[in-house]
Amino acid sequence: MKIFGKNEKSSKEIARDRLKVVLIHDRANVSPEIMDQLRDDIIRVISNYMEINKQDMEISLANDDDSVALVANIPVSKMKHDRGRY
Amino acid sequence: MSEVIVVTSGKGGVGKTTTTANLGVGLAMRGNKVVLVDTDTGLRNLDLLLGLENRIMYDLVDVISGRVAYKKALVRHKKFETLFLLPTSQVKDKSAVNPEQLVQLCEELRKEYDYILIDCPAGIEQGFQTAIAAADCAIVVTMPEISAVRDADKIIGELGRADKENIKLVVNRIRPQMVEKGDMLDMGDINDILSIECIGQVPDDELVVTSTNRGEPVITMENSHAGQAYRNIVGRICGEQIPFMEFPKEGFFAKLKRVFGR
Repeated sequence: MKIFGKNEKSSKEIARDRLKVVLIHDRANVSPEIMDQLRDDIIRVISNYMEINKQDMEISLANDDDSVALVANIPVSKMKHDRGRY
Repeated sequence: MSEVIVVTSGKGGVGKTTTTANLGVGLAMRGNKVVLVDTDTGLRNLDLLLGLENRIMYDLVDVISGRVAYKKALVRHKKFETLFLLPTSQVKDKSAVNPEQLVQLCEELRKEYDYILIDCPAGIEQGFQTAIAAADCAIVVTMPEISAVRDADKIIGELGRADKENIKLVVNRIRPQMVEKGDMLDMGDINDILSIECIGQVPDDELVVTSTNRGEPVITMENSHAGQAYRNIVGRICGEQIPFMEFPKEGFFAKLKRVFGR
């Protein structure tokens, strides 16, 4: 609540912002098993569309100051033509 | 159909045991057969909150080790006759009970009781893993404080890893006047941050302290806001649709006094 034009963030807003950032980092500490599951799921989905080089693919989570990105480098060896879906 | 509910939090001191005691009494007040299992081995307290500390003969470790049948160890509440406590040991440590043993015990208890509430120890170690093993549903208790919310998030992650998908949140010890001033996270903020369904918000209430002093959970007190909040949670556990309570707002004069009285 602002009284007499005080324009600073309330302590609740500060708490909420700090929590959101710290939880992004906490949650990004994903266990290796979950990363393996994620990798398998990604391979399965992408394989519907193209052939990929599973040995050389890399999947990781990159931490920045206020965000986390899923970084995937997946070499494509061949595009599939007919996916038989239409 | 009986239900096993674990009350957990990660952080200590947010009101797990108080919540367990109140929900247990509330469910029993509605005529359900309820057993409360204290798994905070070594740091026994649920007995005190229920006023049953002088009536304990045997404990969870005695039952698990097969020394006595669970019925012999259960302590019936003086006032609420369908409420039972299975106290834990004050001398053993958390390794005295393993997850499989607790699951087996809960299977036995399911045959006799409508609700089995498990009071979980703080932390995410062995004791936590044991306490959650048998649960159909988890109630995560947190407080509007950054460390408690962070630990709740961690616990929610651990519950997910143990394939416990039915998770509900209780936000305890809210101070409505601080919320109104923008100095405290409210239930909406915490809900937004944790993305878990909220089944209760309990205001900070001095009557919780006085009722705990007496060993009578606050849910039995008609005039208590915290008691009303717990009664609402019990209703929601029983499947009723109950709107969240409005906290008493700071009066106009009190606000005026606060603004000018600095």
